[in-house]
Amino acid sequence: MSGRARLVAVLALLAGAAVLPLFVSNFRLFQFTQVATYAIALLGLNMLTGYNGQISLGHGAFYALGAYTAAIMIDRWSLPYALTLPAAGLLCLVAGFLFGIPALRLEGLYLALATFALALAVPQILKYFEDWTGGSQGIVLSKPKAPWGLPLNPDQWLYFVTLAVMLVLFVLARNLLAGRTGRAIVAIRDNATAAQAMGINTALYKSLTFGVSAAYTGVAGALSALTIAFVAPDTFNVFLSITFLVGIVVGGLASISGAILGGFFIQFVPNWAQDISKAAPWAIYGVFLILTMYVMPFGIAGTVRLLVARRRRRAETARAATAPRAGTAKAG
Amino acid sequence: MRQRSWMFVLLAILALAGIVPAGAADMPGITASEIKIGHTNPYSGNASAYGTIGKVEAAYFKMINEQGGINGRKINFVSYDDGYSPPKTVEMVRKLVEQDQVAFVFNTLGTPTNTAIHKYMNQQKIPHLFVATGATKWGDPEHFPWTMGWQPTYQAEAKIYAAYVMKNVPNAKIGILYQNDDYGKDYLKGFKDGLAKANAAKAIVLEQSYETTDPTVDSQVVNLKNSGANVFFNITIPKYAAQAIKKAHDIGWKPLHLLNNVSASVGTVLKPAGFEASKDLITTQYLKDPTDPEWKNDAGYKEWLAFMKKYYPDGNVEDAFNVYGYTAAQGLVHVLKQCGNDLSRENVMKQAANIKDLSLPMLLPGIKVNTGPKDFYPIEQEQLVKFDGERWVRFGETYDASKH
Repeated sequence: MSGRARLVAVLALLAGAAVLPLFVSNFRLFQFTQVATYAIALLGLNMLTGYNGQISLGHGAFYALGAYTAAIMIDRWSLPYALTLPAAGLLCLVAGFLFGIPALRLEGLYLALATFALALAVPQILKYFEDWTGGSQGIVLSKPKAPWGLPLNPDQWLYFVTLAVMLVLFVLARNLLAGRTGRAIVAIRDNATAAQAMGINTALYKSLTFGVSAAYTGVAGALSALTIAFVAPDTFNVFLSITFLVGIVVGGLASISGAILGGFFIQFVPNWAQDISKAAPWAIYGVFLILTMYVMPFGIAGTVRLLVARRRRRAETARAATAPRAGTAKAG
Repeated sequence: MRQRSWMFVLLAILALAGIVPAGAADMPGITASEIKIGHTNPYSGNASAYGTIGKVEAAYFKMINEQGGINGRKINFVSYDDGYSPPKTVEMVRKLVEQDQVAFVFNTLGTPTNTAIHKYMNQQKIPHLFVATGATKWGDPEHFPWTMGWQPTYQAEAKIYAAYVMKNVPNAKIGILYQNDDYGKDYLKGFKDGLAKANAAKAIVLEQSYETTDPTVDSQVVNLKNSGANVFFNITIPKYAAQAIKKAHDIGWKPLHLLNNVSASVGTVLKPAGFEASKDLITTQYLKDPTDPEWKNDAGYKEWLAFMKKYYPDGNVEDAFNVYGYTAAQGLVHVLKQCGNDLSRENVMKQAANIKDLSLPMLLPGIKVNTGPKDFYPIEQEQLVKFDGERWVRFGETYDASKH
């Protein structure tokens, strides 16, 4: 897709997203809010795994950290909810960076296991700090209301907030990944030694990528706390982390739009599976997953990219084929 | 156009209101032939052992429908999997309410999952009936008039132990071992409230707690023995319960040992602890144990077994959860029958809070369901049982926690 066509497509999608609340019920809007929230988390994980090549099975932990940051700030300290998003992002940035340093010694599957431990530990740690986290009872919040007398109900307001946060974070991510930093991040994935030889501080970049990735996921966690209006340790089990990994692979590794597509997948496909079969929804989900991977081995975004490239190539070949004939016609 | 169509709908409703019996227009989920009920349950994930409760309930409603339904209306039981994950519960319950338009939700399972929808149900003013959890907070009609519990709460159970001790142990010196979280503290509070009512709060000589991260509770049990306690209230989950029973036996401590119902399983607790060590343990029950030979010729048990064979042949007839779901579904059917033709949400709630001395076939003899406008705890009676080295045996009278 050319630059302009892409811009038009993005703007059309945005316009569609902006008027969506006029057409769908509050329940659907709530589901789309969750899709946007997941998309932010997936983009975070995709930076780490898709672009930088570090596998994390523990991003549910950062999601939990973000969610609890928001919940504790609102419930225990009565702070305005708008502050919780930057706070969650900042806290997770630091936590992710610090976790990224020891993780430097681990590669591939070993890193996956280390992060998996993080995902396993989180629900229990949350129960341990009961005075803060409310233990297994969790913390109940109230949904934020629309400010300035806007004629929006809480579901609509949260949808717009989430959409706006997603937009800002996606633009930031695009700028980060399209420039020097992005090239360095990808170079480390492709060949760390070569990247280092070219003067890239791989240790710093890897830890920083971990930090930024965790920050994105943390912001998403804070948004989820606001949308669900409740946090509890049972939310942040190991399965959540694995779901995130499924989301980025299905959506498309190393792809920004893939994060949104992955968000749709992890939000809606389990529900469809349940509609198809109540007895074995996860078997149906598995079939969906295998089919998706078989038909689209590069994820949804990867496949779209491939199709577009193929069409362009065909158009170019066609142009190339007709051009000389036009020349001969002129000569004749 | 849009406004006109709204007007039309409004007129149609007004017209119908004149023809159809009063109130029909504002009863979501209710038609002349159907009652739509919502439900969530973990059919997948770590807590999927509870999944059978939803299945047995669906099977029971199927039987009711085959028998003609309730006042001519068939029950449409819509049950979704939430995997015991609170956000999924929120999503599924919103789907039930906003999209499927159920009349109310019934027996949604789990404490964190129900906590996540507690406020929503009450803001929407939709009955949140007979929730499947033992926490005490569900019976709070003043603040949450649309939510009602079902089974005896942890606090109710603890009060029964307190009443028993006060009555039967003249110089009680009580040692307590509890899990340091909201489950353990719920029991502890009920027990202390029960003692305080009898002015016996001082009977507690030592409280010991543990975390679920602790490898054993051996040292706590030794401390309790050394405190000179002659009553031991054991508030632990299965793994630690087995340890505590075994340790007490090994160090020769023979107190009156009260074991919370959470760990009353013969297979997973008493067997590993050893039947010899488990002898004379006391706990409570309120449902008939389907594995207990005592009920072999009991009419209620035989009826349940016949139901299981016909409507839920895949179900395990030794699984107490299948008794639980069956009984809860019967409680609901009772409420719906009592509603008559007025199935508005207000009336469903009103009738749920108006159950008087209801006996159900799989409740233990003497245990009755009772609710009132200020009593949102349907089952508050329990029966003490003692382990005879092989199985739990009922003894003494039925205790009523609301009276202690």
